Amino acid sequence: MAASIHERGERDGVAAIHRELPYAGFIHMDVELEGGGPLTILRKDAGNVGNPFVPMIHGGAVGALLEHAALVQLFHELELPLERPPRIVNISIDYLRPCLLEDTFARGVIVRQGRRVANVRVEAWQSNRDKLVAAAHAHFLLPGE
Amino acid sequence: MSRPTDTQPPAHDANRIAAALETLPHNAKLGIRMVELVPGHCTTYIEFRPELVGDPNRGVLHGGVVTTLVDATAGAAVYASIPRDTSLATLDMRIDYLKPALPDKRLYATAELYRLTRRIAFVRASAYQDNPENQVANCVASFMIGSLGYSMRTS
Repeated sequence: MAASIHERGERDGVAAIHRELPYAGFIHMDVELEGGGPLTILRKDAGNVGNPFVPMIHGGAVGALLEHAALVQLFHELELPLERPPRIVNISIDYLRPCLLEDTFARGVIVRQGRRVANVRVEAWQSNRDKLVAAAHAHFLLPGE
Repeated sequence: MSRPTDTQPPAHDANRIAAALETLPHNAKLGIRMVELVPGHCTTYIEFRPELVGDPNRGVLHGGVVTTLVDATAGAAVYASIPRDTSLATLDMRIDYLKPALPDKRLYATAELYRLTRRIAFVRASAYQDNPENQVANCVASFMIGSLGYSMRTS
């Protein structure tokens, strides 16, 4: 458990982050390594519907996806050990378009990493990468030495 | 000037909204329960379950659980204050995580609609455990009223 996800092999590492967070499986999130970085996916799952009449994904589940994608990016890029996860300080979520009942993708970018705090921006989209359904920026407290 | 008036359709029925909130698929999956809903104010809770954990080292709840509970609670506070069959969409939400949401405890959320215009609702909300002073998260959110495609049908 002490090894960073890089030492464990990237693919195994990302899967391990995922396995060990029960909530990620509960709402059916997956992480894939794609284009050199992790891509977090909220799978099409009727259990995530917030508005059954359209139907659309619950804003809270979309928020969870954005937060999770930010966390996964930090684990991946900073090579953090699994047992000392970054702790979220705050997140600001913009809901940009209706989030339909489809696979939803999210990717984070570390905008600024200080010694103790990291700022991460995240974008989420569905079938069209250019049409964002949501975006967020979040601060995380990084594990101390 | 921009608030709903007596000439507008009646507000959503709070009891129907309360029942609908608990039965929306994702709310039901997480087990969100209504404590109290009156126009402009809503309080809910979620019972601890191991599936809601986001940090297995400490057993604390995933931030997404807090986000979902707060979004649902804030939305209900607004629904109870706007004309029936009016749709609602979350525009944005900012959440400060003040302390970890501990395992084996209920997580409560309470929301207050503090400004309502014809098109936009402004809400502040708090998530807490044990009592309202033990605040886990603080939130401000805004909602767009009357956007196409979003509505909570309660009848």
